[in-house]
Amino acid sequence: MTEQSEQLQLAEQVLDLVRAEAGGPIEAAVSVDHQALALTRFANSYIHQNVADATTKVRLLIHADGRTAAGSTTRTSSDGLQGLVSRTVAASRVAPRDPGWPGLAPAEPLAGSGNLDDTTMGATPADRAGRIRSFVDAAGGLEVAGYCRTLHWMGAFANTAGQAVTGATTDAAMDGIARLRSADGVFDGVARLAAVSLSDVDGAVLGARAAAKARAGNDPVELPPGRYEVVLEPAAVADVLQNFAIFGFNGKAYAERRSFAVLGEDQLDPLITLIDDPLNPGDLGLPFDGEGTPTGRHILVDAGRTNSVTFDRRTAAQAGEGAQSTGHYGAAEARFGPCATSMRIETEATGPVSEVDGPVLDSAAAELVANVMRGVLVSDFWYTRVLDPKSLVITGLTRNGVWLIEHGEVTRPLTNFRFTQAYPAALAPGRVLGVGARPTPQPNGWGAARWTAPALHLASWNFTGGASG
Amino acid sequence: MTHFDAATAAVEAALAAGARYADARVMHRRYESMSARNGEVEALDQDEDAGIGVRALVGSGWGFYAVPDLSDAAARGAGTAAATIAAASAQVPGPGIDLVPAAARTGSWASRCEIDPLSVSLSDKGDLLVSATAAMRDHGADHAEGLYQIWDTRKWFVSSEGHRIDQHIRESGGGISATAIGDGETQRRSYPSYRGDYGTRGWELVAGLDLVAHAPRIADEARALLTAPRCPTGTTTVIIGGEQLALQIHESVGHAIELDRILGWEAAFAGTSWLDIAKLGSLRYGSELMNITIDPTIPGALGSFGYDDEGTPAAPRDAVRDGIWVGVLAGRDSAAGAGLDYGGSVRADGWARIPMVRMTNVGLRPGPHSLDEMIAATDDGIYMDLNRSWSIDDKRLNFQFGCEIGWEVKGGKLGRMLRNPTYTGIGPQFWQSMDMLSAEIRPWGTPNCGKGQPGQVGHTGHPAAPARFTNVRVGVRG
Repeated sequence: MTEQSEQLQLAEQVLDLVRAEAGGPIEAAVSVDHQALALTRFANSYIHQNVADATTKVRLLIHADGRTAAGSTTRTSSDGLQGLVSRTVAASRVAPRDPGWPGLAPAEPLAGSGNLDDTTMGATPADRAGRIRSFVDAAGGLEVAGYCRTLHWMGAFANTAGQAVTGATTDAAMDGIARLRSADGVFDGVARLAAVSLSDVDGAVLGARAAAKARAGNDPVELPPGRYEVVLEPAAVADVLQNFAIFGFNGKAYAERRSFAVLGEDQLDPLITLIDDPLNPGDLGLPFDGEGTPTGRHILVDAGRTNSVTFDRRTAAQAGEGAQSTGHYGAAEARFGPCATSMRIETEATGPVSEVDGPVLDSAAAELVANVMRGVLVSDFWYTRVLDPKSLVITGLTRNGVWLIEHGEVTRPLTNFRFTQAYPAALAPGRVLGVGARPTPQPNGWGAARWTAPALHLASWNFTGGASG
Repeated sequence: MTHFDAATAAVEAALAAGARYADARVMHRRYESMSARNGEVEALDQDEDAGIGVRALVGSGWGFYAVPDLSDAAARGAGTAAATIAAASAQVPGPGIDLVPAAARTGSWASRCEIDPLSVSLSDKGDLLVSATAAMRDHGADHAEGLYQIWDTRKWFVSSEGHRIDQHIRESGGGISATAIGDGETQRRSYPSYRGDYGTRGWELVAGLDLVAHAPRIADEARALLTAPRCPTGTTTVIIGGEQLALQIHESVGHAIELDRILGWEAAFAGTSWLDIAKLGSLRYGSELMNITIDPTIPGALGSFGYDDEGTPAAPRDAVRDGIWVGVLAGRDSAAGAGLDYGGSVRADGWARIPMVRMTNVGLRPGPHSLDEMIAATDDGIYMDLNRSWSIDDKRLNFQFGCEIGWEVKGGKLGRMLRNPTYTGIGPQFWQSMDMLSAEIRPWGTPNCGKGQPGQVGHTGHPAAPARFTNVRVGVRG
């Protein structure tokens, strides 16, 4: 499966099989996704896992006589496709009725075809290993761990309502830590970057950044729990965006009143504008969703005011009041609802951003640190989980480096905190004291998503415990 | 061409391309799930995937390649690709990899299944979920959800050391949840747990749950929780129900004893472990009531199998005995790296992913008490159950869990219902405070254990029963 045109032919072929099998009126949609994923993983400063796969999956959705069924297969032989069609048509005949069926996506042109890069598409195991070699060398003898990943996706979609589209995109990412071992323990620093092109991923820059953080982590002290002013670096802000996407701006959660989002209300600070835009040149590049709806630019929060949420066709129908799909259907996440996959915090460019000495990510984050009288610099969050989805109270931990800021300077490393914090409250009007000048694309640890986040200076973060409990 | 032939061809190709060891797994899996919401079916999915994954060891580096094509040419191509990828790892080489010795095995295994879950009619399954969710809705749930999932997996495994094993594993499970929405917060109650309970069993597992009978109760409780008093803040005695304790075991014991984490192989993502392999056999993990086994032979438990994905036969092993840490979850390479002589806990979540150290069934042996005895023996404490949130640090030490529901325990009796119960602690301190453990053990199934890069979803089992812990910090809130 090498060409998008072949994929579209395959999708049309499956629709023909459906029509023949059904023998009557039927609505059907077919998506064909081909993914070539390669990931080279390192730990203890050497490559210990090195994997790749190339997989095509055909997914079929059928609605007939008020009943709906879906199925998928990786078997693209004639037998495999006929089997998919036969069992899905059969399932649609005996499935319980589906009164919430929203209908198929109409024929509609795409806003783009994807973000495709030849370097990423043609990346070899040696290309990935080379970046890891650079990361290891730049860490200057510190133990390192992480991965370098490349992904090439091609997809086609066709349905019986006349929508027929194709697209392709690439994704590259590197995520690594450096580890300083001392008599006081092990101290980790992190560097993380996602890009369309592997050529934009510099292992040496990332390795040096992670090592600088690790070296600045030695001999930490434990601060008492409490509310502290914070500077969150992009890796930590990415977690905020991810939880906003899943629990806040998810159209299903919104329609069911499980979300904090209230359209038209000033819920976040005026400094915060949130945009989901997969076709932005540096972003994920998925041009249509699993229902064939074109993706595009959606302003979720405009200068603090909640402006929109993300819908697929079913949740848009549930929401009523003229809501339309925003192109956020994800088959795997259908039960959880449609989520943004390419969210970013809009920033105003203020000039060049450079690397800096010490544990702070870059000069953009350092500008925020300079405005803190006493607070905490947080590199990364870990294992964040929702205590209440509506207020979006989250518990989690800091990871990969946390420092005390005094009088605008990083003064000493801290041990990790546990926190329990309502995320919308942390970004509420008046609580955002600064937005960093450089948003950094962060890879998602789980699934196809990207969070482009600047550092944030927040008035308060509720740390509920230290490393000792 | 049989699936064994394809796997053999892949292994031969990997060896021809320079591998000193290779194995291949052909897998064919069917998956079915249905979800219902508020008395209507929400989604029905029937998925199928098939392919071959080849693992090759060249020098000190593993390579893995997978394709959804079981032809001879594709299998050989995958074997060659796996060896080529492994060879590229030499650009950043590490210490030599050994594998603990394993006798070549030829075998076949199938999980127990009384009712083939894929043979039960979709309309019957749908009626069950529709009835249960309608009952919850009628009893005041703002959102009533029901779900079942079924996996039917066949595997054919071949190694360059002579393994030739096939397995047929069927897994089923399901559950229901009721959510009540209040002013500024939500409350949820689930049965038997959120997203359900699962096992290597057939539809008899789901049928035996009697979801419809429990639907009114959990809907009523979700509504009642909205006005229940909040869990107090402080330090107290806590009785933890079996479902929540299963996840406590999963997070604070199961992951901590994974040898790949202990060796640092997962340092950048899943994390490491607070355990030091040098202290295996001497470190006190918990009280003397704490006896944890690694046992993939438990009939019907979700983490059961005949052989792991390296061909090691399933066998029980102690992980914690009388409170002392004595065993790990290991694979052949990690065990060799740590100087141990056993693997047996390596699995992949499909043909497209490399096998890695995973939990099987990791759980408690029965204790001498009962839940009623624990409540009767507690003057002042909190009983909480059913997980709502879970978070633990990357060394598997500092945890915080939220439960769906709690009750005061006063003077040896259950008192008022409490909302938003949470507890937090440090693993070994917590386990050493366990002073009562019930004999009412049940193997809870967890079908959503995430680990690895690319991510893999593992299916694990956790025998657990209610237990009592002292001096636990509760009621942490934002």
